[in-house]
Amino acid sequence: MKPLDVSLERTRVDGWRNFQEKSIAWVVRTSEDNVVAYSPQCTHLGCAYHWEESGKQFVCPCHGSRFSIEGKVLGGPAARPLDRYPVQVENSTLLIGSEIQKA
Amino acid sequence: MFRRLLDWLEDRTGVESAVKHFLYEEIPASSGWHQVFGSVALFAFLVQAATGILLALNYSPAPVAAYDSVRYIVTQVTAGRLMRALHHWGASLMIVVVVLHMLQTFVWGAYKKPREATWIGGVVLLLLTLAFGLSGSLLPWDNRAYWGTVVTTQISALAPGAGPLLVRLLGSDGTSIGAITFTRFYVAHVQLLPPLTVLLIALHVYLVRRHGVAPAPEDENQPKKKFYPEQVAKDTIAIFGWFAVLMGMAILARVPLGHMADPTDLSYVPRPEWYFLFLFQFLKWFEGPLEVVGALILPTLAIVALILVPFLDRGKLKAVRRRSGAIGLAALAAIFWGGLTARAVTTSPQSREMDMSLVKPWQQISAGDMASIGFFRTAQCGSCHMLGKSGAGPDLAVAPSSRPAEWLEGHIKSKAGSPRALTEDQVKMLAAFVAERSAPAVDAWQNAPQNAVAGALVYQANDCGSCHKLNGVGDQLGPELNGVGERHDRSWIEHHFADPPKYSPDSIMPAFQFKPDELKLITDYIMAIPK
Repeated sequence: MKPLDVSLERTRVDGWRNFQEKSIAWVVRTSEDNVVAYSPQCTHLGCAYHWEESGKQFVCPCHGSRFSIEGKVLGGPAARPLDRYPVQVENSTLLIGSEIQKA
Repeated sequence: MFRRLLDWLEDRTGVESAVKHFLYEEIPASSGWHQVFGSVALFAFLVQAATGILLALNYSPAPVAAYDSVRYIVTQVTAGRLMRALHHWGASLMIVVVVLHMLQTFVWGAYKKPREATWIGGVVLLLLTLAFGLSGSLLPWDNRAYWGTVVTTQISALAPGAGPLLVRLLGSDGTSIGAITFTRFYVAHVQLLPPLTVLLIALHVYLVRRHGVAPAPEDENQPKKKFYPEQVAKDTIAIFGWFAVLMGMAILARVPLGHMADPTDLSYVPRPEWYFLFLFQFLKWFEGPLEVVGALILPTLAIVALILVPFLDRGKLKAVRRRSGAIGLAALAAIFWGGLTARAVTTSPQSREMDMSLVKPWQQISAGDMASIGFFRTAQCGSCHMLGKSGAGPDLAVAPSSRPAEWLEGHIKSKAGSPRALTEDQVKMLAAFVAERSAPAVDAWQNAPQNAVAGALVYQANDCGSCHKLNGVGDQLGPELNGVGERHDRSWIEHHFADPPKYSPDSIMPAFQFKPDELKLITDYIMAIPK
């Protein structure tokens, strides 16, 4: 199973302005009716990581942290597994919350 | 007359004796070329102040607007690109000269009693210089600026105890940065750091004057020299040399402006400025819970050690050639720094990011519009409709045509008859283009290079847009072509046309056998379209 980068819209409060911004979540289907969505930033220092199909792992290009498809640290400097967004499946539509949850 | 004016000035202000007092300061007999760096560092600061003010005259300090204004500065403002380059490379060369100044002081042992405070002030000035670099790097608000600062704020979050407070101070919500962080970095860069630096420079120079230039042991038996003219001349020559290098770099080495800051850009690989690369590489050694050691604790200890140098080494003044310990330490530090930096450079992917300040309107309009420009040129419509000039026909670049598309189609057919005939579809496209003509299209119409237009004609003739999207137009059966030149190199793209599945296994793209000149034209064209 390959993780999908799903783009989503969310409202962000940025100081004096509230605005809609595009964001990304990495979505993995872990079983028939179970889905997780990871925040797109590495838990080391916040760079954007990507999926590397050849090694079946998430790789951060900044400092070389690696994560499994379950979000666990495989190597590199990251100390925590990938952060998640809350998810809910309603009538085959995936809803992704914006509150980041530390795993 | 002139003398009387000077006497009056001297009587009322004392300026003449002040200048004399400054120029005729006694300096040790051993003074010379090795002591020019302080003056050069001061000059470097003045260059940063001057170019910084000139940039600020056309800069808008808020996210998004900042990016547009930097683009405006480098593409529209007179000498704007040069000012930005002088400020950018001036920052790098200021760090070089500040570090050389510090190395000289260290190797010669000039920090010793009674000059401890001068040394500590110098260390603080080095930190202020680095803080200028860190805060200034966010101000163009491109991807490099954005992602670099995300990492900076996350590093500060690691600080034991003070982490959450620092993150709030930097205006971050812990994961991303926005308008608040930007404003704080801007305020730091232009309102807090400059006066602080001026104050510390004044204090630093005052202390140098108070204690005098540091002597060497052999100075005792020799008569003192004066600061003017010999040392002043050496300092001035060094300043000229430094500025010549800066000017050369500013002219020869472009400072790119990347894509505008995009939190959803997963492909961007941020790398810090070269002077922070060693810290970046250092970070990778510390895994898991040790992260904070590499990111903050060891760098902080290094700074504390620097401050303590005059208290750790309290020995008697020695000739520089006998200070083997200091020379060895300086060499070790240089090897450590150089090794880490070299490792960081060799392990970083070569960035192919396009310089967005160089992107022209023709690179931003649809391939169809570009092809229409091609039809206009092949049918030689320009012999009557001279764009930007009045000719036999109306100047289509200025006068908006009130003619409907149907009229235009008929007109084109009647005028562009055999032997420069256009097909029915081509006439329709050209008519629609003339009727619509957006501002970038009009610019491209006049200025697009013929090679690019020819490339777009190949693109159009092979109907690439029925599967690929380019500049927002086309279908999405295949990947979007914007930025394809950043994702692949030229030879990959050229070979891919002939045998797509060989390069992308799941590809459903049919093979295209182009003639060599067509292959070059279409490859040039699509590689020129930015992300």
